[in-house]
Amino acid sequence: MDLSAINPILLIAAMIAASTPILLAAIGELVVERAGVLNLGVEGMMITGAVCGFIITVNTGSPTVGFIAAAVGGAVLSLLFAFLTQVALANQVASGLALTLFGLGLSALMGQSYVGIKPPRTEATPLGPLADIPVIGPIVFGHDMIVYLGLAIVAATWATLKFTRVGLVLRAVGENHDAAHALGYKVKRIRTAAIFFGGACAGLGGAYISLIRVPQWTEGMTAGVGWIALALVVFASWKPWRVLLGAYLFGGITQLQLNLQGAGVAIPVEYLAMSPYIVTIIVLVILSSDKSRAPGSLGRTFHASG
Amino acid sequence: MKFTTLMASAALALGFAGGAIADGHEKTKVGFVYVGPIGDGGWTYEHDKGRLAVEAEFGDAVETVYVENVAEGPDSERVMTQMALDGADLIFTTSFGYMDPTNNVAAKFPDVKFEHATGYKRLHPNVSTYSARFYEGRAIQGHIAGNMTESNIIGYIGSFPIPEVIRGINSAYIHASRVNPDVEFKVIWVYTWFDPAKEADAAKVLIEQGADVVLQHTDSTAPQAAAQEAGNVVTFGQASDMGQYAPFPRVSSIIDDWAPYYIARTKAVMDGTWEQKDTWDGIGPGMVGIGEISDRVPADVKAEALAMKAALGDGSYHAFTGPLNKQDGTPWLAEGETADDGTLAGMNFYVEGIEGEIPQ
Repeated sequence: MDLSAINPILLIAAMIAASTPILLAAIGELVVERAGVLNLGVEGMMITGAVCGFIITVNTGSPTVGFIAAAVGGAVLSLLFAFLTQVALANQVASGLALTLFGLGLSALMGQSYVGIKPPRTEATPLGPLADIPVIGPIVFGHDMIVYLGLAIVAATWATLKFTRVGLVLRAVGENHDAAHALGYKVKRIRTAAIFFGGACAGLGGAYISLIRVPQWTEGMTAGVGWIALALVVFASWKPWRVLLGAYLFGGITQLQLNLQGAGVAIPVEYLAMSPYIVTIIVLVILSSDKSRAPGSLGRTFHASG
Repeated sequence: MKFTTLMASAALALGFAGGAIADGHEKTKVGFVYVGPIGDGGWTYEHDKGRLAVEAEFGDAVETVYVENVAEGPDSERVMTQMALDGADLIFTTSFGYMDPTNNVAAKFPDVKFEHATGYKRLHPNVSTYSARFYEGRAIQGHIAGNMTESNIIGYIGSFPIPEVIRGINSAYIHASRVNPDVEFKVIWVYTWFDPAKEADAAKVLIEQGADVVLQHTDSTAPQAAAQEAGNVVTFGQASDMGQYAPFPRVSSIIDDWAPYYIARTKAVMDGTWEQKDTWDGIGPGMVGIGEISDRVPADVKAEALAMKAALGDGSYHAFTGPLNKQDGTPWLAEGETADDGTLAGMNFYVEGIEGEIPQ
């Protein structure tokens, strides 16, 4: 065993980077579910965002444009889901699963000629002297812009849901769509907007994997992150800060267990490998022992005839 | 699993219905079950090249079908059953974890031939197994890695602790430590065959912990990208050439060439001469190829590696030749003795010098 091989600063920085895709996808899905819609297509939207972002970044040379394209790609795909569930009133679970299958196939098709290409590097955010502060610099100020964007989205989502009229209306639609409708709110329009937002966030999360974390395009490269994000929303009791905590715990322990394996720590590898799932679930379940519950209308189809 | 697959199976179902009415059963139908996507650039990609070679060889006389991203375990049993029900005559199941499902389904369809890659269970007369002696390629990688490492730390990304993977680690270590006694192996188990993000994370961790050579036994090219990003880290293509990362970080590769085997076995089914067998071929018969050794490898090391390849190929050298001890110091092979296939097939121990334990 040689714990000195682990560099704690690099470890914490890697934790934050590894958590970002899950965080982005989960915070988007949180807004969707708070509006009363269960979109199981997160994985499909992520992989579509991953390939859209990759293609545009390679062709334009600008990761910023690429990330915007990823958000647009994920959001456009989510509109398909919005059409199926809000207009055609299809079953949300089946539509979401279909969206995942469709996204995986579509991205494989789009990405065929992009296998093995190296994308332009996404630079760390230029924060000047801040990044040179010992210890705190690399941990807090050494990241790319998407890490900060993810944190900003979490904070904005929390503030919007808690303090603003828009947030109140969104929650009303999610809790009881008939009552919200009776009050004159446009349930479908609000839900479509939420789905669109969720798609954009998932697309960003996917592109984070293909442009920064790996970085390359490979078919099916999200490999189940979307499903973890979905589970995280439930375990976090639909609360933004808990999603952040859960994502950091999950990403952090994943990194930590890889580091411990590399350092040869005498804990059986099976336990290390399952630890991210177990610890995240335990912590979030303990936290949710208060009165949190799912939005009242979650997963139910709304029709104005009531 | 995928849209393309859905389309393929829909087309198949139609084709089968039509064919059944017209002429009963004329084309030989060959099914492939893949553990990853065909675009993984590694393991599944090479199996699919084998499938395409079968199509090219027999043209209209065969029809091939495949399903990608099939999880090891019960899900694969469902996929195989569906293939058999859809009229497949021969089914290749291309991952270790399909071993029990393959045998279970084979029991239910005695007229369908099953070929399971990298496994050892042949419980029914219609199940064959086949694998390649990848450890021969690992010996060459170990030799190059031991010569090229400057930090004397070699990182190894393991998928699952199964004999196949453990053989590779042992073979690479034996040959790395022979040219560089100070070499240390760091093994990280990721418990997946294909997850680019996790593979990249594992590679980065190994590099952060001082490894300047990273060997992988997972299917995607993500570790290659991580090494390229780090700059001064050597890698080897796994299962496929991964030539897009040549000449550096990828300095050589192990290439699986399944095409001749798939063609031969399909032919056997067509001729009615198919029989159960256990195939385990290496560099000699061409099932294991060594990708071009790039110029970043010193010329003398390259020459030694090529000499080793020739010796492994003609059988004059065995990758597991004594004297070798097991990890706990107990003698395994005496001077000049070579390992028998039975021990290799079930290998569940590290050789002396490797630190850490194999997860059980």
